Amino acid sequence: MEILPGIFRWVHIMAGVMWVGLLYYFNFVQVAALKAAQADSTAAGITKHVAPRALFYFRWAALATWLAGAALLGANFVSAFTLHAGFQKIGVGAWLGTIMLLNVWGLIWPNQKKILGLVQATDEQKNKARRVAFLASRTNTALSIPMLFFMVAQTHIPM
Amino acid sequence: MKNPLDSLWGTVITGLVLTVILYYAVKSLIGG
Repeated sequence: MEILPGIFRWVHIMAGVMWVGLLYYFNFVQVAALKAAQADSTAAGITKHVAPRALFYFRWAALATWLAGAALLGANFVSAFTLHAGFQKIGVGAWLGTIMLLNVWGLIWPNQKKILGLVQATDEQKNKARRVAFLASRTNTALSIPMLFFMVAQTHIPM
Repeated sequence: MKNPLDSLWGTVITGLVLTVILYYAVKSLIGG
């Protein structure tokens, strides 16, 4: 089964591109676009038709990325997460990716469900949800920068 | 004090600063 690590790496990278790509879409494009769209009353086009679809691929790509990464680590999973000798760089990358995944499923998605009206929420709860989801998303954007650095650093950046 | 995450470029700079901090932390952990 020598082909398996290559398949896991391929899936890890493809799903990761979709996850981080959509994260950057939300932060670099949609936040500013929504602000402009609210000014001319066209925000519903984004919140009704774009955001739910983007969030669907975003959250499942996040899970697929993490699972493929865990499979790729295989027997080295514990060594990476305990920052064992030789695994410090990939371990930091894995920890950052794990925090990002928990942000997606524990903070961003539950709060987006309130914002998009998929679960009942008062206006006050929606306003709070907007702030929490925004900050969690911005936190993930910031964390993605060192996360990608350390993923690459494991084999390509000597330290 | 303003939250740097409220601005897009504040977010990117936060990520870059965190990368530098973690780089030196990991480098010292490795013993390099």
